[in-house]
Amino acid sequence: MAEQTSIVKCLVWDLDNTLWQGTLLEDGDVKLPDSVSELITELDSRGILQSVASKNDHDQAWKQLEALGVAEYFVLPRIGWGPKSDSVREIADELNFALDTIAFVDDQPAERAEVEFHLPEVRCYDAERLPEFAALPEFSPATVTVDSRRRRQMYQAGFLRKSAEAEFQGPSDDFLRSLELEMHIGRATEDELSRVEELTLRTSQMNATGVHYSISDLRTLLADPRHEVLVTMLTDRFGPHGAVGLQLLEKHAGVWNLKLLATSCRVVSFGAGSVILGWLADQAAHAGVHLVADFRRTERNRMMEIAYRLAGFTDEPCDCRAGLPAPAQEDIQRLHLLPAPCAPPPTMKLHTVSLQGA
Amino acid sequence: MSQDLATTAEGIEQAVTAFVSKRVGADVPADQDLFESGLVSSLFAMELVVHLEQAFSVQILGDDLKRDNFRSVQAMTALVLRLNGAEQPADA
Ligand SMILES: [Zn+2]
Repeated sequence: MAEQTSIVKCLVWDLDNTLWQGTLLEDGDVKLPDSVSELITELDSRGILQSVASKNDHDQAWKQLEALGVAEYFVLPRIGWGPKSDSVREIADELNFALDTIAFVDDQPAERAEVEFHLPEVRCYDAERLPEFAALPEFSPATVTVDSRRRRQMYQAGFLRKSAEAEFQGPSDDFLRSLELEMHIGRATEDELSRVEELTLRTSQMNATGVHYSISDLRTLLADPRHEVLVTMLTDRFGPHGAVGLQLLEKHAGVWNLKLLATSCRVVSFGAGSVILGWLADQAAHAGVHLVADFRRTERNRMMEIAYRLAGFTDEPCDCRAGLPAPAQEDIQRLHLLPAPCAPPPTMKLHTVSLQGA
Repeated sequence: MSQDLATTAEGIEQAVTAFVSKRVGADVPADQDLFESGLVSSLFAMELVVHLEQAFSVQILGDDLKRDNFRSVQAMTALVLRLNGAEQPADA
């Protein structure tokens, strides 16, 4: 992965003579070239977020973006008179993106130099290069999924959620209930394979083993009757979170082996991992089998281990382990659960497949 | 002064009680079963783990993360006391 050109996750635009032609405060009237308007929608469909860092009158500039019909494409715009390096840094912080995933485009060499000086990791581009953008590898993610096309809307819903949470007083469970969360767990289809692959790539934080499964690995497993490839989707009253979980289960006679549990780090605070584990335990209890979960500690999946342990998984020996083939990698631990029926979570509605029979 | 808070049973119990009571918005007796009474969800249990580790500078690992250790204020107090005791022998 390290050798690939790293993909830009957010492009920050200057406005005057970059996004539009003209200087708003001097000319009053500015033009949005068709080529720029097409680039904005194209990058959006590729799942690249876009923002604005412009020295302008905020209200007037935002009104202009609305009049040009492109305002909705920009998240966290910074329009004001402060240094652009501050604006770019704030945008990155707020998105929780590393600076080396941010790009900045401006026609003014002095502005690019200011950003480059304070934020050397940010990739800066002269506005003259805009016509090449769509073809540059850093703006061309390998897989474009249903979720990448909706990424901007998901982030915008996320900001609304965050401000709702900041205003909410009281226990977090009550807040979660106020979100009207609904979780769907279903068998993956061919169509969903690209989004689940992206999930194992993008969410090292909450991958129980750190093992990456490619599309072709998963496609093979889809066809194997012994394996269940399950995708978890989450929505709430602000909108979709998209595919937030991938589970890979291998069913044996007396035991089900959970070989992979990956969840998006965006939904950790909703307790999504615990809800998925509770549902799996319930399914296993009804099927009369034990559950064995593969786990390998990484620097970033501590919350996953806590979720497993709180769900009752232990290191205790059990004969059912003997029937399982060796794990994919030798440093993988196997946590064991004697499952009991588990009540649905109080914080969200569940819509799920049944793993019985099949 | 944080030494007292972190090493005596009363200090730990008080601090844990204060945290839990504030979060659930009710007085919580030290022996109350928090899971049974529905006061604590899995999600809140995860927060408790992280909170105890930060507030008392302990690491809660492996089997110590089992649910029973977070079932009541008393259980959490015993856990912190044991983990603290193991790390730093009682001083004068
Ligand atoms: Zn077993």
